Amino acid sequence: MQPIVTIRDLSKSFAGVRALDRAQFELLPGEVHALMGENGAGKSTLMKVLAGVYRKDSGEVLLDGQPVDIESPRAAQALGIGIIHQELNLMNHLSAAQNIFIGREPRGRFGLFIDEEAMCCEAQLIFDRMNLKLDPRTPVGELTVARQQMVEIAKALSFESRVLIMDEPTAALNNEEVADLFRIIARLRSRGVAVVYISHKMDELKRIADRVTVMRDGQYIATVPMATTPMDTLIAMMVGRQLAEAEHEMPDTSANEVVLEARGICRGTMVRDASFVLRRGEILGFAGLMGAGRTELARAVFGADRIDAGEVFVNGQKVVIGSPEDAVANGIGYLSEDRKHFGLATGMDVETNIALASMKSFLSMGFFIDRAAVESAGERYVRQLGIKTPSVRQQVRLLSGGNQQKIVIAKWLLRDCKVLFFDEPTRGIDVGAKAEIYRLLNELAAQGKAIVIISSELPEVLRMSHRVLVMCEGRITGELAAREASQEKIMQLATRRETADAAP
Amino acid sequence: MTTPTVTTAAPAAGFSPKTLKDRLFRPATRQKLLAFASLVALMVFFSFASPQFLQADNLVGILQSTAVNGVLAIACTFVIITSGIDLSVGTLMTFCAVMTGVVLTYMGMPLWLGICAAIFFGALSGFVSGLLIAKLKIPPFIATLGMMMLLKGLSLVISGTKPIYFNDTPGFTAISQDSLIGDIVPSLPIPNAVLILFLVAVAASIVLNRTILGRYTFALGSNEEAVRLSGVNTDFWKIVVYTVSGGICGIAGLLIASRLNSAQPALGQGYELDAIAAVVIGGTSLSGGTGTIVGTIIGAFIMSVLTNGLRILSVAQEWQTVVTGVIIILAVYADILRRRSGSKVH
Repeated sequence: MQPIVTIRDLSKSFAGVRALDRAQFELLPGEVHALMGENGAGKSTLMKVLAGVYRKDSGEVLLDGQPVDIESPRAAQALGIGIIHQELNLMNHLSAAQNIFIGREPRGRFGLFIDEEAMCCEAQLIFDRMNLKLDPRTPVGELTVARQQMVEIAKALSFESRVLIMDEPTAALNNEEVADLFRIIARLRSRGVAVVYISHKMDELKRIADRVTVMRDGQYIATVPMATTPMDTLIAMMVGRQLAEAEHEMPDTSANEVVLEARGICRGTMVRDASFVLRRGEILGFAGLMGAGRTELARAVFGADRIDAGEVFVNGQKVVIGSPEDAVANGIGYLSEDRKHFGLATGMDVETNIALASMKSFLSMGFFIDRAAVESAGERYVRQLGIKTPSVRQQVRLLSGGNQQKIVIAKWLLRDCKVLFFDEPTRGIDVGAKAEIYRLLNELAAQGKAIVIISSELPEVLRMSHRVLVMCEGRITGELAAREASQEKIMQLATRRETADAAP
Repeated sequence: MTTPTVTTAAPAAGFSPKTLKDRLFRPATRQKLLAFASLVALMVFFSFASPQFLQADNLVGILQSTAVNGVLAIACTFVIITSGIDLSVGTLMTFCAVMTGVVLTYMGMPLWLGICAAIFFGALSGFVSGLLIAKLKIPPFIATLGMMMLLKGLSLVISGTKPIYFNDTPGFTAISQDSLIGDIVPSLPIPNAVLILFLVAVAASIVLNRTILGRYTFALGSNEEAVRLSGVNTDFWKIVVYTVSGGICGIAGLLIASRLNSAQPALGQGYELDAIAAVVIGGTSLSGGTGTIVGTIIGAFIMSVLTNGLRILSVAQEWQTVVTGVIIILAVYADILRRRSGSKVH
C-alpha cells in the first residue's frame, strides 16, 4: 500500500536548538498511527511541520509519493491535512460555529454576506455525528475546557481531511467523551482517513492505534505494530534505556506537623470549596485534567488571585493572604508553570535572578545593592543545586530549561520559603534534567520543606507525591495515599463531575 | 447548559434558543444598556436643568457636532475590536480635508472627485498604518502615533499652514449643512451630516456582523494566533481593517471641511482621543474581540450631550474637560469589571 505521507530526513532548529534531527515518518491510509516520545522528543514539532505551522530546515515531505512544500496552515488544509493542536486555539468571543468555519465561511447571495444559518446547520450536523449536545451559537468562551476541546475536534473533522493529526486531544476529556472520540476515529479510519495520534496515555494508544512511531531527542527511533509490542519495550525506546527504577522509599510524613492549611477556598467557578492540609517534609501532588482548577487553587492560596471565600492557616495561625507579598512574608513560594513569563527575568544574569525576591536583604546603607553579597549568594546556590552555568554573570535566557528551573528554585530557597508550590516543574525540561529536578525536590522535602506539585503527567505525580489530591471542575474530589494511588484511581476521581454524579 | 455526560437524560438540553433574559444579561448587552441608560439619564437631567436644552436648535446642534466624532469613532471601532488602536484618526481627517481642498480649490476639479480624493487618501494612509503594523510588526500605538505626527506635518506643508477655502465649489457646504430629510419632511431639519453618520453606521454595522471582514475583525481581536493557525492570512486582513478605517476617516474629513467651508490644517489633534473615548464608553473592549457600532454611536452621543449640556449650564470649558476625563476613566473601569466577571459558566 502506498503511504499517504512519507517524511524523510526532516530537520528543524529553533534559535540553534535542534528540535528535529533527520526525523522519519510514514503514514498509511486508514491507519491510526501513534506518535510517542517524552516531552521535547519532537513529536509536536514534526506534526506542526506537516501541518504547515513551521517550515522545515531540510529533508522532504512526500504526499502520495510526490514531494510537497507545505508553506502555511492553509496549504496544509488544501492538501487535506488537518490538525488539532495541543493547546486550544479558539476565539473565545466567537460562537462555536464561527470558530469551526473561521477562514472558510459559507457565503450567501452575491458572495458578500456570511450565511450564518448554513454555518450553524453544518456545525449542528458535525455535533450530531459526534454525539455532542451543544448549541453552535454559544460563544466558545462560555464553554468548559472539555467542551472547547470538543469544538476543536469538530473543527478538525469539518475539513474532511485525508490526514488528521491529533495532538493530545483527550487531555481535558472524561471517559465518555473519549469513547465518543474513539468512535469517531474508528469511523474515519473505515473511510480511509489516516490519523496521527499523539498521547502519553498508554491505555488509550493500546485501544486505538495500529502502529506506533517512537521518537527521542528529535530523532526517529522505530516504527512498530502497537498490538504486539509490550509496553516496557516502548518505554525503553522512548527513554533510551531500560528504566531500572528502584522503588524509592516514600518517607512517612503523616505524623509531621501541619505547616499550611487551606479551608473552604472558593474563587469564581474554577475553585469551589477546596480544603487541604500540607505537612512538613511532605510532597503533596495535585492531579486532575486540564482546567480542573489546580493552578487556580495554588494561585488563590498564594494570593496571586483574590479569593471569594476561605481561610488559610500557616503553622496553625490564621493568616490573611491578599497578595503574593503576603504569601512570601509567610514563607510560601510559588513556581509558575510558565517560567519565562512569571518566574524569571530572562534577560538578566543568574545572580540577579536568584537574589530578585530577596533584594531587601542585599542592601547596604538601606539603598545601594551589595553586589559582592549578591554574587556570593548566587555562587552558593549555583554550587548547591548544581546549576550548570559558565558564571553567575551569565544571562538566564542562554541556559537550558532545567537550569532555569533550578534558578527559580534557588530564588525561593534564598527567600527562606518553608512551603513551595511547583506548577508543572518539569514542563519543557529534557529527560536527564528531569531526574535531577526530582532528586532536588526529594532533598528539599527531606530537609523539611513542604512541597506541592501540580502536574499533568500522572507518572510524575505518582512517582513524586507522598499523597495525591485529585481535582475536578474546581472541587477536590478525592485524596489518595502514595501506596493506594494509581493512574486508574486518579482518572476516576479526576472525571467525577458534579452533574454526572447526579445523573441516574 | 448541561454537561455532555448526561446524554440520555436530557436529549434536547442546550438547544433551547436563548431567551430574552439570557440575552439581556450578556455582558456586552449589559454595557450597551448601561451606556444607553446613561445617555437618557443625561438628557433628562439637562432638560430639567435648562429649558434651553430641549429646544430644536440645540438638539440639531448636538446632532451636528456628533456627526464628525461619530464617524471617527466608527473608524476606531474596527481597529479597537482587533485589539489595535489608532491615534492618527484626528490628523488623518484633517489631511483628507486638505487633500480635498487641493483637488477642489487648487486644481479646480469637480466635486465628486474631491469626495473620492478624501476617501482615497484616507484609505491610503490607513493602508500604510496597516503595513507598518502587520508587516513591520510595529505596535499599533507607536505606528499610529508616528502616522499622527507625519500626517499633521504633511497637512501643514501641503496647505502652506493656511486654511484652504471652498468658496469656488458651490455645493460643498451642502454635504454636511443642508438637510435632505428637511426637504422632504420640513418639520425634521436634520442636517445631512447626521444622515451620513447614520448611513456610515448602518454600513459599518452590516460589515461587522455579516461579512468576512467583520468576522475576521472580531477574530483577530479574540485570538490572532488561532486565526493564523486556521489558515487565514492575518496580515492581509489586518491591513484591510486599517485601510477601511482610514477610508471612514476620509468621510469625517469631508464632513468637517464642509461644515467649516474650509480645510483647517492645524485642526485635528485631540479628535482621536474623543473618538477612542466614544468607542470605549460604548462598550467596545480595548483588549479586543468585542464591540458594536450601536454602542459606539451611543458613546459619541454621550460625549456631545455632555459637552453641550455643560456649556448650556455655563460650566467653564476647563471643567468640561475634567468631567470628560472622569467619564473615560469610569468607562474603562466598567470594561475591566465586565471582563473580570466574565467567568465561564457553561
